[in-house]
Amino acid sequence: MKLLVRLRPVVFIAVLLAIWQIAMMRHPGQLLPNPWQVAGGLVDLLHHGLLFKYVVASLYRVTWGFGLAVILAIPLGLAIGWFRRAELAFSPVVEVLRPISPLAWIPIAILWFGVGDLSAIFLIFLGCFFPLLLTSINAVRSIPEVYVNAGRNFGLRPFDLMRRVLYPAIVPQLLIGLRISLGVAWLVVVAAEMIAVNSGLGFLIVDARNAGNRYDLVVAGMVVIGIIGLLLDIAMRSLERAKSFRWSYSED
Amino acid sequence: MATTTATSSPMTPPDQSALLRPKLTVHRVSMVFHRDDNAVPVLDNIELTVADGEFVCLLGPSGCGKSTLLNTMAGFLSPTGGEIRVDNEIVRGPDPRRIFVFQERGVFPWLTVEGNIGFGLAKLSRTERERRIAHYVQMVGLQGFEKAYPSELSGGMKQRLEVARALAVNPDMLFLDEPFGALDSITRLTMRRELLRIWEAERKTVVFVTHDIDEAVQLADRVVVMSARPATIQQIVTIDIPHPRDISSARYLELRDGIFAQIGLAHRI
Repeated sequence: MKLLVRLRPVVFIAVLLAIWQIAMMRHPGQLLPNPWQVAGGLVDLLHHGLLFKYVVASLYRVTWGFGLAVILAIPLGLAIGWFRRAELAFSPVVEVLRPISPLAWIPIAILWFGVGDLSAIFLIFLGCFFPLLLTSINAVRSIPEVYVNAGRNFGLRPFDLMRRVLYPAIVPQLLIGLRISLGVAWLVVVAAEMIAVNSGLGFLIVDARNAGNRYDLVVAGMVVIGIIGLLLDIAMRSLERAKSFRWSYSED
Repeated sequence: MATTTATSSPMTPPDQSALLRPKLTVHRVSMVFHRDDNAVPVLDNIELTVADGEFVCLLGPSGCGKSTLLNTMAGFLSPTGGEIRVDNEIVRGPDPRRIFVFQERGVFPWLTVEGNIGFGLAKLSRTERERRIAHYVQMVGLQGFEKAYPSELSGGMKQRLEVARALAVNPDMLFLDEPFGALDSITRLTMRRELLRIWEAERKTVVFVTHDIDEAVQLADRVVVMSARPATIQQIVTIDIPHPRDISSARYLELRDGIFAQIGLAHRI
């Protein structure tokens, strides 16, 4: 029984693939490659060593862009959330910059960093930075006062208070913010690679179309993007289950 | 009744605890909160001296301002009038020599029992820190739970953990704000006995806020009876019964009934 329940998503995917295959057989044409052609495309990419190379290139950019955003946004968010006056100064700027899609920055990214990794990393950084910053600021403001008072009572100076009380207190909310940001990073990298670089999964998709309408490779690229995005999300969720993070205020 | 009456008038005779070395003095303290352009007076001209090593209960109805008074003593709030001194120094903020115990809500949920108890010991050497943690784990009876997180503990255990965290930094004073209010009545009785045991062993100065008359009379050397808001001190009752107290003795009942009468409650329901 249990095995059947576990197999349910697999069965569902198989059914969808079958419907896709049947539809393509009934209406042959140029609308979409069929599943076999996509699988063939994947094998092609593997053979040429391109799949591995492009996945690594995309992950490399995401790691840097996301990592830089984490390193900068979280401490900055802690400080802004804690010092009320800093928040008054910062928040109008943040509120204006935040709704601008990272993709709108593409021309400026190319102007500043040229065509290459740096541009893509910069765009990913922008996509992650603002959600993380806002998550941190809001999370700091929702910390129960009793933790802050207890920390001050033990004589913590502002820096130690941030490191030992404010930061751990916001970890549950941060994890949610990190998960969302990593999702955004994975969306942005594909878009950035379509324009700003010559490698990666986003480049694969435009390149396959431009270089001879290889739609089997286009869809193969999409499938790989989907699977890796799912794996990244699973990795973030497993972080949420880590023992020292597995608490929240609501338990009291 | 062997009580000392303190009112807000400066004509009050000095209370007997002032004869001992005063630890904490509250002098003409007033507190006014401002809400939507309304001034709400919470504390009115409070005058109180707590002696070194004394156990004092602040007793009053809910919302009377006794917690506010405790927060000003601990330095979390600044009074709008008057001054508070500890060891003759004006209190200007919280201080690790005086630890505040918030019900059990104050334990850090992201730290284990050990991590919580060791929180205030960052400056000590590793071995000294571990020795103290082990000592206080033992004292509050949390052996076997050293690696547990607060979410795995009961309310009473969390409360003991917070008391252990406070004692571990070896403070001179403890401020307890209705620390056992959220516990069931059996655990509450055990916790009172534990607190008295610890207090008799370590002789900290304790200021304990409660709205429970029995709790106050069971624990305190002196009970400070406060009026409804704005809080003034109605009466200070000295509990002259040695520990362990027989809570069915005539003297206990006499003192308790005196406070009931003072608060204006008959003890027949």
